[in-house]
Amino acid sequence: MALIQTLFQALSTNPGSTAGVGFSRWPVMLVITAALLMLPIIIIAASLALPFSDTWRHLLDTVIVDYLGTSALLMLGVGAGTAVLGVGAAWLTTAYQFPGRSALVWALLLPMAMPAYIIAYTYTGLLDFSGPVQSALRDNFGWGYGDYYFPQIRSLGGAIAMLSLVLYPYVYLLARVAFMEQSASMREAARSLGRSPTQVFFRVALPQARPAIVAGVSLALMETLADFGTVDYFGVSAFTTGIFRTWYGMGELTTAAQLSALLMLFILVLIVVERTSRARMRYHQSQRRAQRTQLSGWRSALCCGALVLIVLAGFLVPAMQLLMWAINHWRGAWDDQFLQLVWNSFSLASITAVVCLGLSLLLAYGQRLSPGLIERSAVRLAALGYAVPGMVIAVGVLIPLAWLDNRVDALAREWFDTSTGLLLSGTLLALVFAYAVRFLSVSLQSVESGLSRVKPTLDDAARTLGASAGTTLRRVHLPILRGSLLTALLLVFVDVLKELPATLILRPFNFNTLAVRTYELASDERLTDAALPALAIVIIGLIPVILLIRAIAEGEKQHG
Amino acid sequence: MLFNEIFSEFTVWLRDVPLTQSDSHTSRVVKEALRERLDRDNSVAVRRHSVYHCGCYNPLIENNNYSFQPESDEAMPTQLIRILGTALTALTGVICNAALAAEVNVYSSRQEALIKPLLDRFSEQTGTKINLVTGKGDALLTRLRSEGMNSPADILLTVDAGRLYRAEEAGVLQSVSSELLMSEVPGHLRDPDGQWYALSVRARAIVYAKDRVDPAELSTYEALTDSTWEGKVCIRSSGNIYNQSLIAGMIATEGEAAAESFATGLVANFARPPQGGDRDQIKAVAAGQCDVAIVNSYYLGGMINSGDAEQQAAAAKVGIFWPNQDGRGTHVNVSGAGVTKSAKNTANAVKLIEFLANDESQRWYAETNNEYPVRDGIPVSEVLAAWGTFKADEVPVSELGRLNADAVKVMDRAGWR
Repeated sequence: MALIQTLFQALSTNPGSTAGVGFSRWPVMLVITAALLMLPIIIIAASLALPFSDTWRHLLDTVIVDYLGTSALLMLGVGAGTAVLGVGAAWLTTAYQFPGRSALVWALLLPMAMPAYIIAYTYTGLLDFSGPVQSALRDNFGWGYGDYYFPQIRSLGGAIAMLSLVLYPYVYLLARVAFMEQSASMREAARSLGRSPTQVFFRVALPQARPAIVAGVSLALMETLADFGTVDYFGVSAFTTGIFRTWYGMGELTTAAQLSALLMLFILVLIVVERTSRARMRYHQSQRRAQRTQLSGWRSALCCGALVLIVLAGFLVPAMQLLMWAINHWRGAWDDQFLQLVWNSFSLASITAVVCLGLSLLLAYGQRLSPGLIERSAVRLAALGYAVPGMVIAVGVLIPLAWLDNRVDALAREWFDTSTGLLLSGTLLALVFAYAVRFLSVSLQSVESGLSRVKPTLDDAARTLGASAGTTLRRVHLPILRGSLLTALLLVFVDVLKELPATLILRPFNFNTLAVRTYELASDERLTDAALPALAIVIIGLIPVILLIRAIAEGEKQHG
Repeated sequence: MLFNEIFSEFTVWLRDVPLTQSDSHTSRVVKEALRERLDRDNSVAVRRHSVYHCGCYNPLIENNNYSFQPESDEAMPTQLIRILGTALTALTGVICNAALAAEVNVYSSRQEALIKPLLDRFSEQTGTKINLVTGKGDALLTRLRSEGMNSPADILLTVDAGRLYRAEEAGVLQSVSSELLMSEVPGHLRDPDGQWYALSVRARAIVYAKDRVDPAELSTYEALTDSTWEGKVCIRSSGNIYNQSLIAGMIATEGEAAAESFATGLVANFARPPQGGDRDQIKAVAAGQCDVAIVNSYYLGGMINSGDAEQQAAAAKVGIFWPNQDGRGTHVNVSGAGVTKSAKNTANAVKLIEFLANDESQRWYAETNNEYPVRDGIPVSEVLAAWGTFKADEVPVSELGRLNADAVKVMDRAGWR
């Protein structure tokens, strides 16, 4: 209580809100929400205060340098890969007109529905030494092992390629919106001052789209750092490998939590550095949009071909492989529960998407109203969960919930002579909470980058005309932000659909999802049997992608 | 303040979970309601139910502690609250009446497809409802520990001895004395205190390319470190539990130095950096990337039975060899189960474990997943019969759990990724 009172005092003396109102309930709601979402992260961070065991010496002596180096390379590779693919695709589809453009605009989103571990399975099946491609090569040319060079798919390079192929849509989505909302006049001014189209891209369009690109790339990087499925399958010793080896192999949960806490600290530093470096820049949209330049001849073929290649590699090839496996092996995964799995996955993902969107709006808008240090830090800390492996978040959720449940139970026994048992642990509520902690960052980035492009003068105008903060949000921001909100919903939906580790440990009795089914079959090394549930994940993931596509199409119509 | 409390709880939790069960008392109202219900429903063997079933967990039915709490001179509001609480309890009791059938709640790291059919069979035979959550062993153990005495789990089922050992160390299992289990599960495959029992045996064998390797060249795991095998050995990463227990077994019998020199020697002979699962190693042998691989035998069985032409073709190209037959025997690990300390359905939980150890279930493991039964004399699948019998390492499987962390460190030092 004392803590909350102090917070209230701190907040009410806080001067800075856009509309200049003294006290508002927004910051209070923001801090309380953020505090709740931060709880699991705090639990993990608290492990740093526990004594460091001898395992640390062993890790430092043997493997930690390897883990750090691999993770750094992985981040560099995926960062570069997603930036090039995402920004390139976004720029080509917004700045140029070429045959097939309108279809490619949405097709480029498809890889998003493909979980990284599943694309890893399919490409391994295709390109591995014992896979059909290499076997065909050997049969045709009479080669044996060692007679020819073929890139090793299960390697660091392979992991970078797989993760880049499925994670670039984050960058593409956010960068595309940014490019579309950029004003034409700046680009025209640059052109009239004698700059080439390339120079316009690098000197005008790219810097203006920076917050969106950074948001997209940082999402991709956070997901990369949290990834375990792909690196584990490829035998790449990344930092997450270290976390899980320490936990599972050595039974040292404390040390594993400490490693995770350091990972979060690293992410936090990255975020702070990035925010500081563009602290003074402001990005706001204007009215008149740029026209697309018509491409012709080989340029348009090249442009179209490059984008088609991305869609092929990121979606069509693995999806076809899955489809073929699923047709031949659907019996291995099908049972009378399968439709229930589909429904469970779908409803969980929908609920969580809406919850995350609500939380993100609250946090982002609350921050806009009163951008004080407390609010900003609270929001940043609350959004750290995305970089932490789902299993670790799950432990951070498990501990406080079980603690709360057991306390409530003890009180109930004391006061009412009855037991409440575990009220929250092992319920879907706990699961949705864990998802919210883990995926808040995704929807928040989208909502924030949308809000940042809305001029504060709009808020001021609305507030001067007597609208409250809530009314302004509802009547001014929400309609403008429609695209960003849809994007946020889509991203969270797809992420929850693919999520596995937290689902595994927190779910109630007799409750399974498509991801769980896929994992169980894949972990038994029945990849072909796992194709049916994997394909179902991809197909359900396409539903919101299609919704978004329609929204994009409408947006393009409006903008011409 | 709140944070401090949670933090101290966190510390406690990481060290040791206080496992105390507070007694619950009840009032006459509930007692009578309960009696009535019990009389009405005599056919049900065990009258228990769980929070997961109906959203209300009611310990009075479990504890059979019907002592009447004498009226105390409490203040009026407290009394009022007590009455309200009592009424509430009675009400939940009525609502839960429908769920008063026998139940057992299982946390299983054995995946659904490889346990659910047996559980369903048990339900059919006994009318006991089984609730199942599957997941990774350590994650389930963490869940069990943090839930404490209120955990709904009655049984923890794992696919390796290490996790059973950890569960025992964490104090979340209870000793179960079952004559049936004692006689059906051999001594080295169960906990001396009866906290857990093995339910199936998984052997780690050597597979070799039939066209390039003469099985006479093979003898022991250790022999694969010889320089003749340089660049010819495939095995998956050291993060895999079965590699960890293989090394742990070596530490237990041969000592840590010997285990480390084995790991170092094996790494020197790797055909490629460790990657993929056991089936991938078998495929690599079949495709010619390596000549031998160390894998769990049931994966080869799974490939033979897969119905997938490509996998069957790969499996046909390799042979299986049981190493260390003249010495300590081939390394085996187990899947097994124990009753949790927090179990509310102990009697039925024991019955379920006994069921999983009976002849019918043992045969099912062998036929469905090509695992080995825990005792001799159980008919096995055609595939297993074709591989012949072998001498298994009889180092107590609990040792594998105890030495697991050391094994990981040995492999880290050997550079086994």
